[in-house]
Amino acid sequence: MTSQISSGPLSGLKVIEFTDEIAPWAGKLLAEMGADVIRIEPIEGSKTRWYEPFLGDIPNPEQSLFFWHYNLRKRSVALDIQSEEGKTLFKRLVAQADILVEDQPPGKMADLGIGYANLSSENLSLIHAAVTPFGQSGPRASEPATDLTLLAGSGPAWSCGYDDHELPPIRGGGGQGYHTASHWAVISILTAVIARDQIGRGQFIDVNASAASNVSTEGASYTWLVAQETVQRQTGRHAGVRPSSPTQVQAADGRWINSGVPARQGKDFQNTYDWLEDEGLLDQFPEAPLLQIGGQREGFLNLGAISSGEDEEGAAIFAAGRAAMVLLIKSLPAYEYFTKAQERGFQCGIIYSPEEVMQDPHFVDRGFPLDIEHPELGRSFTYPGVPYKFLGSPCEIKMRPPFLGEHTRDVMIDLQYSTDEIQMWIDSGYVLST
Amino acid sequence: MTKALSNLRICDFTGQLAGAGATRHLAAFGAEVIRIEDPVNEGRWDILRGNAPFVDERRGIDLGGAFNNHNVEKKAITLNLRTEKGKQLLTELIAKSDVVSENFSAGVMDRLGFGYEDLTKIKEDIIYVSNSGFGASGPYKPFKTWGPIVQAVSGLTFSSGLPDQQSAGWGYSFMNHTGGYYMCIAILAALIHRRHTGSGQWVDLACTEAAASLTGPAILDWSANGRPMRRNGQPDSNHNDWPRMAPHGIYATHMPDTWIALACRNDEDWTKLRNLIDEPALYDQQFDGLDGRIEKQTELDKHVSRWIQHYDQQALYQLMLDQGIPCAPVRTPQQRVDQDPNTENWGLWPTVKHSQMGQVRVDGLPVHLSETDWYLENGAGCLGEHNEEIYGEILGYNSQQINSFKDQGVI
Repeated sequence: MTSQISSGPLSGLKVIEFTDEIAPWAGKLLAEMGADVIRIEPIEGSKTRWYEPFLGDIPNPEQSLFFWHYNLRKRSVALDIQSEEGKTLFKRLVAQADILVEDQPPGKMADLGIGYANLSSENLSLIHAAVTPFGQSGPRASEPATDLTLLAGSGPAWSCGYDDHELPPIRGGGGQGYHTASHWAVISILTAVIARDQIGRGQFIDVNASAASNVSTEGASYTWLVAQETVQRQTGRHAGVRPSSPTQVQAADGRWINSGVPARQGKDFQNTYDWLEDEGLLDQFPEAPLLQIGGQREGFLNLGAISSGEDEEGAAIFAAGRAAMVLLIKSLPAYEYFTKAQERGFQCGIIYSPEEVMQDPHFVDRGFPLDIEHPELGRSFTYPGVPYKFLGSPCEIKMRPPFLGEHTRDVMIDLQYSTDEIQMWIDSGYVLST
Repeated sequence: MTKALSNLRICDFTGQLAGAGATRHLAAFGAEVIRIEDPVNEGRWDILRGNAPFVDERRGIDLGGAFNNHNVEKKAITLNLRTEKGKQLLTELIAKSDVVSENFSAGVMDRLGFGYEDLTKIKEDIIYVSNSGFGASGPYKPFKTWGPIVQAVSGLTFSSGLPDQQSAGWGYSFMNHTGGYYMCIAILAALIHRRHTGSGQWVDLACTEAAASLTGPAILDWSANGRPMRRNGQPDSNHNDWPRMAPHGIYATHMPDTWIALACRNDEDWTKLRNLIDEPALYDQQFDGLDGRIEKQTELDKHVSRWIQHYDQQALYQLMLDQGIPCAPVRTPQQRVDQDPNTENWGLWPTVKHSQMGQVRVDGLPVHLSETDWYLENGAGCLGEHNEEIYGEILGYNSQQINSFKDQGVI
């Protein structure tokens, strides 16, 4: 396998990925859009090959499900970057690439003799994106960090958690601090690809993971920037300067619903009344006449007039609308509530666990669950698919994640290394080929 | 400095953050982003227009702080698409644009008469990027969402919280930011494809799918191992499964609601932390290896919590940092905006000039490009602020004609 099947909007772009754990998601996003991504691994393999979960719970560097997810459709070249031979191979790969994405600590690439100055002298078109916790320089550049400490120190955790502030702030699950940094790496890389045609050269991109989370906190940042006010965390809903009403309600089957924005306009109240009637719940809801009164109102309730006490009837209508929603949620199984509410025009969501998303009829209908064949294991596995449909250049993903060093030999042959030379390098431990 | 995207013109219908956030980044890199708003309802489809936070006691459709943040460096024009003349002006503008972007509910552009097929008749190689909650096909196509709904349905809300509690979820619209990032990526990738092939296309982005792609290892644990995340003891997102670490969590310091996060990546970090805590029980062999620490995590956390609760947040942060243990205060907005030398040094909170609000600080970009960096100097456009410029300079109408558009309620 010396070249990729051309598909996806980025087909034709060559990417060298030299990452540890922060930025493999950036390589994955480029790969799924059709770029040819070669992941450079050390001879012993990326440490993320030892991240759980494992297939069958048996530790095996070729069967880390974590590694699989982040490396779908990439190729793997294993080399010893400390050796002169390994460095030479690395430089030759980068010399013919469009993009290098790496997440080494600041200064490490230069210390190895493969910093931007060195690499760009051989390839002026190179776009070199370096993703680090705190940027290449600055007062915090050498601080150690993990996804948890990034999310805690850079804003997200302050806004996430529970109404009860005796409980700790929560770090959202799934490595989202690293993902946010990787999203910015991809945005800036693609921007530089377009700029390259204009300025005739590539450039160096400094991606700061902490800064990425800092500017991804919505109201927490701009409420401070604009008004010097501080938001407070609340269970399952927006942190706010002033408390808001709960939005998560447990349905009849024990699962939870996010009830969304409550009814605010006349037709919503009548709609709610009709729904209670259809479910046979009117006799359990003495406030029902308020919904009918609300149904007579034109346009939206004025929430300002309600909270200031100017519109007492409006306040009662609004409260009845909310109480009716809670009754409906408690009376119906979560999925039934979710679909019925949405079909009636009420914005709401069922709180799914990740695996439930993959079994939902809508996501299945759109082809989001992706079956990838692992021929060596004699079976296929379901991965999350691509979030965008490029209707004019569909992303075809059929390649399973690579074995360690699976493509070393092919890539060296492409670079005109002789068979003898390749064997000698393998025997000397400069590269690994499987 | 050269602007990376200065040859690019975007006919932009986006709003809120999930859409406006996407074209904001393109504007910061020099793209001409023309934001089109309805003059009849004063652009209130975007609920952030005219809403809090405010810089002072003034209120009004042009004074919303969030709207300004998400729409810096964009041009603002008004256009009434209920009128035939309005449709004609839009047609003329699309003919001179590279991209049409929107984040309405699926199907809205079709109803306006500007669905993808219509757009290609106006400009054959147009790039059309739509960002909706559930995408432009499938049974939930008409369903409505905003950030918290996207997060609920995609598995992100469920994945965030403590065992034996309901979901904590995300205390803001993480997916409005992230959906905006995906939308920005989609626009750029389609532009690169057009440069290579000459062809435009429609990109159908579903925000719920973008979100669901961010829980991959959990999905594979289910599909390969049959292990669902909906099970006892899960989620437990302050602890860590992938990779496992212990101790790993957010702990209370001596002041109310003042917290610190720490993560021991390996035995070396643990040894350093243990030496700081210096509690005899922690020298027990059972804590030496990761397996033992995970197994006895509850006990371990009790010791760590007991030690941390007497400390001042900043003092403890410095103490652990000196040892090289990854840690961070759970920073308040004030701490990270006004008191963090790292964000200041980066230039992360630039001040822009807004024609009515005056000087306002906004989110900067977390990247620096050596040859074509971003810049943010101008605030969001006021309603119709750039009508003369766009209808005049780009479409070639004179001021008399533009005035008559205003009189007829077209703009």
